[in-house]
Amino acid sequence: MVLLKIKFPFQKRVRLAQGLWLLSWVAMFSGAITFAMGVFLKTELHRRSEVMHSMDIHIVPNLLMAVGLASVGINICAGKVCQDSLDPSRFPRWKTFLPPFFCFSVFITSLLLVAMILSFALQPSLEESLKIGLKNGIRFYKDTDTPGRCFQKETIDRLQIEFQCCGNTNYRDWFEVQWISNRYLDFTSKEVKDRVRSNVDGRYLLDGVPFSCCNPASPRPCIQYSLLDNSAHYNYEYQSEELNLYNRGCRQALVNYYMGLMNTIGPCVLFDFLLQMTILVSLRYLQTAMEGVIGQENVEIETEGYILEKGVKETLLETKEKMKKILQFAQVGDASAVTPDTQPDAEKPATA
Amino acid sequence: MAVLPIKFTKTKRDRLAQVLWVLNWISVVTGIILFILGIFLKVEINKRQDLMAERQLQSVPNMLIAVGLIACMINFLGGKICYDCVDTNKFLRWKLVMLPYIICTFFFTLSVLVGALMCYSMHGQLEEALTVGLRDAMRYYKDTDTPGRCFLKRTVDLLQIQFQCCGNKGYRDWFQIQWVSNRYLDMSQREVVDRLRSNVEGKYLMDGVPFSCCNVNSPRPCIQYQITNNSAHFNYDYQTEELNLWMRGCHQALLDYYTNIMHSIGLTVLIIWLFELSVLTGVRYLQTSLENVLRQGDPECESDGWLLENSFVETARSNFNIIKHLGKFNQISSNGDPNIDKPSTAHYGPDNVPLKPLPTAS
Repeated sequence: MVLLKIKFPFQKRVRLAQGLWLLSWVAMFSGAITFAMGVFLKTELHRRSEVMHSMDIHIVPNLLMAVGLASVGINICAGKVCQDSLDPSRFPRWKTFLPPFFCFSVFITSLLLVAMILSFALQPSLEESLKIGLKNGIRFYKDTDTPGRCFQKETIDRLQIEFQCCGNTNYRDWFEVQWISNRYLDFTSKEVKDRVRSNVDGRYLLDGVPFSCCNPASPRPCIQYSLLDNSAHYNYEYQSEELNLYNRGCRQALVNYYMGLMNTIGPCVLFDFLLQMTILVSLRYLQTAMEGVIGQENVEIETEGYILEKGVKETLLETKEKMKKILQFAQVGDASAVTPDTQPDAEKPATA
Repeated sequence: MAVLPIKFTKTKRDRLAQVLWVLNWISVVTGIILFILGIFLKVEINKRQDLMAERQLQSVPNMLIAVGLIACMINFLGGKICYDCVDTNKFLRWKLVMLPYIICTFFFTLSVLVGALMCYSMHGQLEEALTVGLRDAMRYYKDTDTPGRCFLKRTVDLLQIQFQCCGNKGYRDWFQIQWVSNRYLDMSQREVVDRLRSNVEGKYLMDGVPFSCCNVNSPRPCIQYQITNNSAHFNYDYQTEELNLWMRGCHQALLDYYTNIMHSIGLTVLIIWLFELSVLTGVRYLQTSLENVLRQGDPECESDGWLLENSFVETARSNFNIIKHLGKFNQISSNGDPNIDKPSTAHYGPDNVPLKPLPTAS
């Protein structure tokens, strides 16, 4: 029972081959664009890798790059096959090549869908990675003299300015961390000693934030220190003051940014996937239609094209049988090459 | 004695016409590039319009835009002409147009050169505009409640962050103006009143700068207030501290930025000018060689092409005479030159004749 049979007269075959050749060129460009988008996404993720703890999310751009490259190759092959299908004498040489080619192409194309699904599924992982990375960045903000951490201050400052955000979840994250290095604290002053003694870990905590949290859109000069103390500043109330600092947390800002990027790339990837599947299905029809022509005297006869010769279940069973035969052939091949002394060893795989 | 004559065989003429056709199309593309460069410059200047005082800065990008558009049109026409020049019959169509076309294009290339030179000369106007503009922007930094100036604080802050600069010439410019609005000053405090009284104009001046002057590369948290007071901060010496604030002035930063853009654009326009000039020379050679072919009568023969038929001096003299005669054409001449005083053959009736009964029209 043939799957999705279509009749192909000669003209229709020719039209199919020509249209498919053109489409394969379009798909080649589409594959190149997918590759470019993968590269772009990877560079964007790499730029902020200092505030990311794990690299799990990198699998999405990696998949896009790999599939983009592979699809360029697949479409070149498809174009060649289309060109040769118009000449019945050249077509037979593709006969053994095409079935594994189809399996490989379908697998590669489905990876595009996998990439799209992963870009949504890995969002919690991205958020978690950013949470830990930002927490470390804020914790090591003051360690500008420790090798390996000296860049954290600059990274966090630039990040907060560029993404217009402050702290991990919001600006209060800075109140829980000592972000001023001991090198710049006067330990003879009473205020410093009081603050350091006021908590268990002996940290200098204050209700202040670094300058990079300041919002340029605020109508008044930035208030960074004594943020929770209304009396420290004239005409200031921290509960109603919204423009002084950035209200957003950097984790949320970065997640939004990357999700926005992936949502923009999503439709292009989907389009590429649909285009590629269309090409593969049409190529399968062309191949099966041409197989009816091979060996015939008159090349202009009408033939049938189909996706699978038998039903899905039967094809799967057949493939399983074929695989078993190939494996057995490999084992038997090994056994016959071995000398008679080691025959008991050769018996073993058969009984395993 | 012709200027720079070259012999052209038929194949050489045809090759020249084809090459010029391609080059004219490339010139159309360069015309589009000029147009895009003009628009880019216009956008860049408009982006920072708040920081520049009113000067004639818009003339340069407008010139580039106009020149780019005209270049497209002229080269499109030139391409059409060169395409037709391969066939001597079609050349006859363009014969009368070609010389005026070449003269127009020559003057147009002069305007391209003027455009390129204007790019380099804009430097002086830009410097003046920036000095005044930045000074005013800093002065109105605190006026976030005055309509028309309320955005200046944000503009200056974003400028200092993006260009990594502070103040007009340096951070000390902020010490001389009041950048904290009176709305946020507690007039009942002694310190505030003292500061206000300490200068003639009653301005609240202090040795502090806005947060946007802070340098992100500094190893210590930013010191914005009491900058010149070493004892106010632990382990701090303002004379040796270089990483705390941005050291560059915004005037210098913006000037460098715009000068870079202008120099790149000027260089590109110069290269385009040279290209246009070479295309024009080719078209001139093509025109003169085809005219000589027509003069000799045989389309397949070899002909000479040149830039000018006679030497520079003679050509200048003859052109000057033509212009003189053109001027004389407007005056009533009693020289008896038959070409000018040829009587009109239209029957309007004779002049200066006493009234007679009207003859019937003939």
